[in-house]
Amino acid sequence: MKHRCPQWVLILWLVWPGTGAAVEDGARLYERHCAACHGLDGKGGVGVPLALPAFQSTVSDHYLESTIRRGRPGRVMPAFSSLSDEDVKAIIGRIRSWYEGPVPADSGARVAGNPEHGGALFAEHCAGCHGDKGQGGHGTGKTFSRPRDFPIMAPALNNSGFLAAASDAMIRATLIQGREGTPMPSFLKQGLAEQDIDDIVSFVRAFESSVPPVPEADADAEPAVLVAESPYDLKATVENVRRAVIGKNFRLIREQYLEDGFMPAGKENKNQIVVYFCNFKFLYDALALDPRIGMFLPCRVTVVEQDAQVKVMTANPKRLSKLFNNSELDNVCEEMYRLYSDVLEEATL
Amino acid sequence: MRRRLGSLLIALSIFAGSPLSLADELLMVRSPLPFAETMLALQDAIREHGYQLSRVQRVDVGLTASGFETDKYRVVFFGRPQEVHELAVHYPELIPYLPIKVAIFGEDEETVLVTLNPRGFRGFYPEPELGPVFDRWEKDLHSMFDRIRGAD
Repeated sequence: MKHRCPQWVLILWLVWPGTGAAVEDGARLYERHCAACHGLDGKGGVGVPLALPAFQSTVSDHYLESTIRRGRPGRVMPAFSSLSDEDVKAIIGRIRSWYEGPVPADSGARVAGNPEHGGALFAEHCAGCHGDKGQGGHGTGKTFSRPRDFPIMAPALNNSGFLAAASDAMIRATLIQGREGTPMPSFLKQGLAEQDIDDIVSFVRAFESSVPPVPEADADAEPAVLVAESPYDLKATVENVRRAVIGKNFRLIREQYLEDGFMPAGKENKNQIVVYFCNFKFLYDALALDPRIGMFLPCRVTVVEQDAQVKVMTANPKRLSKLFNNSELDNVCEEMYRLYSDVLEEATL
Repeated sequence: MRRRLGSLLIALSIFAGSPLSLADELLMVRSPLPFAETMLALQDAIREHGYQLSRVQRVDVGLTASGFETDKYRVVFFGRPQEVHELAVHYPELIPYLPIKVAIFGEDEETVLVTLNPRGFRGFYPEPELGPVFDRWEKDLHSMFDRIRGAD
């Protein structure tokens, strides 16, 4: 009796995420999944400069694999859970192609140190860049958060993704060697003894038990759109939106029909009016936290009349913020959510 | 035969509607070209895929005029006129996400482009007839970004 592979199994194999991509080479996979943040040649951008020899010489392949798989919850780097093992391996191969030195082996051994003493040293030597609780530097992008020649933001050492990826040996080696090409100095050269460094490693490792995990994004808990029904006619509602926006210290940028630019002048649907507005200080600060927020821009409220009912609506920033995996941006989106809610309420009261 | 076809369709529909991992929620690409050339490549790609550019929001101009230093930063809006018209009429709660937009900003001598993955809209708008629309947008955006990635 012949055993035949059911046709649907074949189809499953073909459409399974990653299967098709597995045949792509590492360079192509890197370009598709990593280059937007880490740079085409690993020189960094929103993300870490992966090509830096001082980075490569201290991190094991396990560190890279774990980082790709788990990401950094709340710190932009997403978890690439849909890539196959072969894809991840190929991407690591690409990253390693920029480096010819020895790659450290992974080690699960714990460093014996005094975390209390390490905490005091951390406060003195590390907290200035990495934050008092190891929460890392602010912002992401080169263009808005930091000068172009400043290659990296201090990573969050208390991040569960970092702690899962980094061995004690890796943290120790980084403290001893520093990261040439970044602001991270060699603390051996700065005068600390090896035991002091072990103490700092123990303190950093203790974040595992002291820092609450970043809650997993539950985007579905938020509606995609904020909507309010207006008791006023279209014209009056638009005027109310204008007043509410200005009252929130935002500047009106323009009003237009949704179909402006698509339909010939005069042929647009005049019952769909978009009001665009901006507070440039707010915008600049938000871009510094995450330069990818262009899809929020400019701030926008739409007034729609349909079936004799006028509605005011906008995208829900709280829903969208979950897509960015950036805890700092969540706070901005929370503020935008309040702003939009207030505008909708004031325009329809 | 019919049973087999049913299995095929079930398998395909499972994957067509599968939730996105966080890494797939945003579509991003880095162009090796400076901003101006990449903007041209994006606009060409938009037209080649049958979409019409409706507006370019010059975010950097507004920031600079307000005293903030910034690199080039624009938001490009585009769509298919008739499609935008019909979607807005039949699905008014989709309007806040219309038309499609891509943020494009300079970073050193390269340029980064970002947009929401339209497939993620399936989670927002479960109407089955919208699924193929979002899937086509996703496919077209991937194709546009591939073109930009390979531009030289």
